[in-house]
Amino acid sequence: MTDHDETWPEISFIDRMATTEFNVDDKPHIVVDGKVCTDCSTRECIVACPADLFVPTSDGGIVFNYEQCFECGTCYLVCNREGAISWSYPEGGFGVIFRST
Amino acid sequence: MAEVDYDVVIVGAGPAGSCAAIEAARGGLRTLLLERGPFAGSKNMYGGVIYPRILDDLIPEWWNEVPIQRWVTRRSTMILTETQALSVDFRNDGWAAPPYNGATAYRPEFDRWLADHAVAAGATLLCNTTVTGLLRGASRRSAGIITGVRTDRPDGDVTASVVIACDGVNSFVAKEAGLYGTPNPKNFTLGVKETISLPKRVIDERFGVRDREGVDIEIIGCTGGINGGGFVYTNLETVAVGVVLKLTRLAAQKTRPEDVIAAMKKHSAIAPLVEGGELHEYSAHLIPEAGLSMMPGMTGHGLLVAGDAAALCLAAGIWLEGVNFAMASGMYAGQTAIEAIADGDVSQRGLGGYARRLSDTFVLRDHRKLRRAPELVLSDRVQHLYPSMVAGIAERMFRVDNPAPKPGLRRIVREERKRAGVTLRGLWHDGHDAFRSFG
Repeated sequence: MTDHDETWPEISFIDRMATTEFNVDDKPHIVVDGKVCTDCSTRECIVACPADLFVPTSDGGIVFNYEQCFECGTCYLVCNREGAISWSYPEGGFGVIFRST
Repeated sequence: MAEVDYDVVIVGAGPAGSCAAIEAARGGLRTLLLERGPFAGSKNMYGGVIYPRILDDLIPEWWNEVPIQRWVTRRSTMILTETQALSVDFRNDGWAAPPYNGATAYRPEFDRWLADHAVAAGATLLCNTTVTGLLRGASRRSAGIITGVRTDRPDGDVTASVVIACDGVNSFVAKEAGLYGTPNPKNFTLGVKETISLPKRVIDERFGVRDREGVDIEIIGCTGGINGGGFVYTNLETVAVGVVLKLTRLAAQKTRPEDVIAAMKKHSAIAPLVEGGELHEYSAHLIPEAGLSMMPGMTGHGLLVAGDAAALCLAAGIWLEGVNFAMASGMYAGQTAIEAIADGDVSQRGLGGYARRLSDTFVLRDHRKLRRAPELVLSDRVQHLYPSMVAGIAERMFRVDNPAPKPGLRRIVREERKRAGVTLRGLWHDGHDAFRSFG
């Protein structure tokens, strides 16, 4: 978890994401090739992903957790490394389910 | 024309897709409406207000049945600096009665209602179905013509005379058809929103409304160093608070979206409206922000593109609209499909009625008129300098500095303009642009 949880203690990011419903598929709809990310200096996905799903690893790569994805498209738009993100929508019926928004 | 499974297949059961399906089915077309979510609207969120008058012909007296949250009777524009807030607050009692003006709604409820109308009109709605590609003609005569869609269902190919892409801001259908070049991140904003639970009585008191009356507040100057804007609006028993952030600035500022919302919620002008409420749902979505300058080709051979997929979203500061543009473009796509199939020509030329319909109505007329507005609204001067200048002028006007005499408005404006770092040249340039855009 990044330090914004301490800055805004009103709700933890885990609790925030728990308010949104997801029907999680067994297989990921977005795959990130973290090796491509090792020489990326901007790493915009880590800041911009509204679900905070891009996590830097100790070896300089990036790991992506697909389970709580809003399917918004921000990551592939801000990514400037060809081949780092293969992006598709989840299979029918899976993924985010909005209710009151 | 060759034997096809359906006359028209529509990708996406949002407001564009459902309105296209209503028109097509009523026009006697065999209509298939595909939705990748478990129900229509399950993938959709937005930043505020639906303006449904375009439904007058499609669903007469729609207001008697539409599942809205509140009718917007108070519309505010708020300019914030860190410690100041200046509001222009307009209230209109007439907007609390038919035919109303704008409404707040939960999109999963609104979109589902509209899709139910498509089903009632005779369309087949198939949920839980993701479109994964386009089918193209195999023969020499039909090569390049789009002849249907591939879905993720077993034996999931569906052939149709016309495909209508209503698959949203990321439209992979329009991209695969070659109508959309590589998308430029600078044309998009990220909308992030909290739906916050509060008792109806508390919302009514804090926002000064009653019954089904509602408030929409659009805010500028609340997004830190990131170009964008914010909003607060009332639902029946929740308040929606969110920000819209220019993608290319979000990462550059190293600030996460939820932190921008949190900072806005701490502002003294916003905090009293939302404090004590509990987060009910967190959501995010991309917005095609750049208007006319980013629009893809909207007609292909056997293909029409509508709604967010066609970037038909009006982000012009004073006017922030999208659902109405989606519904209208969907209707016109449906009408065009009927006409083209009747004429036996679904080529780009045969589908030419779509561009004409868009061009002759508010859909493209509003966008043409306001083509400079999105860039102006998100420009650095409007975002980072003018709020400070305008709030500074207000403060000096209302401040009583006795024993010093009042400085006079002209002097205040000159001094505050300089203090905020606004040049006359920049002001003239933007004033000219604003006049041409909004005049």
